[in-house]
Amino acid sequence: MYAYNDIDRRIVAERVTQFRDQTRRYLAGELTEDQFRPLRLQNGLYYEKHNPLLRIAIPYGQLSSKQLRTLARITRIYDRGYGHFTTRHNLQLNWVRVDRVPEILAELAEVDMHSIQSCGNCIRVVTADPLAGVSPSEIADPRPWAELFRQWATLHPEFATLPRKFKVAFSGGPDDAASTRIHDLGFEMLKDTAGNPGFRVWAGGGLGRTPILGRMVRDFLPAAELLNYSEALLRVYNLQGRRDNLYKSRLKVLVQSLGAEEFSRRVEAEWTHLRGGPLTLTPERIAAVMAHFAAPAYENLPHCDARFELARRSDKGFAAWVASNVHAHRVPGYAAVTLSLKRPGKAPGDASAQTMEAAADLAERFGFGELRTSQTQNLILPDVKKSDLYNLWQEAKKFGLATATVGLLADVVACPGGDYCSLAYARTLPVVAEIQARFSSQTELADIGPLRLNISGCVNACGHHHVGDIGILGINKAGEEHYQIILGGRSTAPAAIGKVIGPSVSAAEVPEVVARIVAHYRACRYPKENFSDTLRRIGISSFMSAAYAIEEQTFDNEREVANG
Amino acid sequence: MKSKLLIMKERLQMAKLIKRRAVVANDWNILTLAEGTPPAAARLPYGDVLVPLAVWQARKWDLIQRQWNDGGQGNRLGIWLAPTDDPLTLAGDLEDLDVIAVHFPAVGDGRGYSIARMLRSRLGYRGELRAIGAVERDYLHFLERVGFDAFEIEGDESVLDSFDTFSVAYQPTTIPGSWQHEVAA
Repeated sequence: MYAYNDIDRRIVAERVTQFRDQTRRYLAGELTEDQFRPLRLQNGLYYEKHNPLLRIAIPYGQLSSKQLRTLARITRIYDRGYGHFTTRHNLQLNWVRVDRVPEILAELAEVDMHSIQSCGNCIRVVTADPLAGVSPSEIADPRPWAELFRQWATLHPEFATLPRKFKVAFSGGPDDAASTRIHDLGFEMLKDTAGNPGFRVWAGGGLGRTPILGRMVRDFLPAAELLNYSEALLRVYNLQGRRDNLYKSRLKVLVQSLGAEEFSRRVEAEWTHLRGGPLTLTPERIAAVMAHFAAPAYENLPHCDARFELARRSDKGFAAWVASNVHAHRVPGYAAVTLSLKRPGKAPGDASAQTMEAAADLAERFGFGELRTSQTQNLILPDVKKSDLYNLWQEAKKFGLATATVGLLADVVACPGGDYCSLAYARTLPVVAEIQARFSSQTELADIGPLRLNISGCVNACGHHHVGDIGILGINKAGEEHYQIILGGRSTAPAAIGKVIGPSVSAAEVPEVVARIVAHYRACRYPKENFSDTLRRIGISSFMSAAYAIEEQTFDNEREVANG
Repeated sequence: MKSKLLIMKERLQMAKLIKRRAVVANDWNILTLAEGTPPAAARLPYGDVLVPLAVWQARKWDLIQRQWNDGGQGNRLGIWLAPTDDPLTLAGDLEDLDVIAVHFPAVGDGRGYSIARMLRSRLGYRGELRAIGAVERDYLHFLERVGFDAFEIEGDESVLDSFDTFSVAYQPTTIPGSWQHEVAA
């Protein structure tokens, strides 16, 4: 993984000094609340419902065991002994004190971490596939490019006060595990016919109040032009994006109002002045960064491991865990493993200091001391020998890190909701707990198969409710918590925005509605057909009727006709 | 016609002027057009003046002549750009201007940063580039790095420390050889 050099360290250290002075001036009354707000936001410091919240950046999800231990330590000393992993490679501390944030930043700097640009109207933490570099289906490892972009975007003087937040993702290939199309700017790794790396560029995606998928603005961008092109695109947005209305200031609104073709034309026009300029990535610079992501010292192993195969056949619990939490690896004899942060009764993505330390230990014992954070709020060990999987599983179980639900219905993605967030209209965590309780049978979950359930406590969509197979959105209905049900969303390729299926329901009704939708899917699907394909085939109205239990009549009639 | 003119003397006029990291006297008048005033009708104040882009475009010849008549003493001339003004329209005018100022209506309005980059990088403007309006010390290092070398700002001399917040940067600077810091390789 990328190792900081002296310049990276100086920038982070000087940032700590800067923020320490800004905090001091704020606490001394030299900076007003309004003056301090943009400064603290660009350092990931929010004021939340109960307390200030600090959002720590984990660029493209890459984390060393040493860094994770420091995060654990920080949660113990400065918070309540736990943190919350988000959907965009961040760790949020919910209970920090403003006057101690500079100390936290200083501790983070010791392990080459920071919270720079994790909030505010700037280029946010860059994200990438959680399995980058190890996924067998990727075209090329997106991390070196994400790192080059991270450096360029960090404290960029021209783009520190954009119209609105700006999220960027890099995906290694056509699966799009990085969800590039729900980002303001997405780079999808491609190779041209000569094998040269480049990107398909997507722009103007985003969730929130008006969910929109990004549009393709360039079909192939030579990789060396990554930063020149980004500068052109950001400049067009900075100058032409709306600033009169907070809700219309994201890039997606500009792309929609101009049309993707016109927006693309303007970016290209700007790019002609920058192309081949000083930001062009030279082969030497690319090679230098790529060297940081060279493959670790993999052993030469056979594809199959007898002990692993045997354990899988003899231990059902292990087999279930392997089926959901173990992922294919490009190197023979290795696998990537998700350490689940979803346990019934626990907020999705929450991890205690002890859990983080356990995960750090596992990364060292069963890998190269490296972890990833995933978009589904879990941790990943990218390089585990198949022969170690059984031992790893037994160890992970001890720390509650082996919930065998990855990719299944119980692997719920959720924002913190009304329990923590001042923006939320409704709580999410009790609803998640109810759904997980309802679907607690491993056999049932496995039979349902891959299904993504996402829940947000308000329209800002931090829980990505628009892009779950099943999405749940908390709303306020005459002062009561109610929930809209959304179906058919997907954040990876082929991406889709889900549709609201009908009237909202109360918290108590949500598990029943979800159960009916799932039952309908199981009743209607072809063998091995996934949820979105079934939905597309039989239509959303069929699910609508099922969800609200108003279908029996209709279906009985149809059956009669069919049988008659 | 006079009544429709407004010469801003209060906040901006009183603000400190920092030029190339040193505090200097600030004798500049900033001409703003009251709503509905045709730019051609604007009456020019005496002394050093920054005029809106529209006034410059309407009365270029008057303004240049005013400097000649003055024999090159005093009466310096500059223009100020609003965030919606297109800096590229100044392509042929750079040598006639002592100062180009860019107005920041609010700290969070970042359009002026891109305007500065275009003036420096695209048009190759080498003269004074001044940030006016909502200019605060915590943004001086960013402003300088996109090419501003003059700033109208309130506060004591300690604001000058802000230029040295960062000793290195990941991005190349706009003006080679002048106000740049070391650049990360």
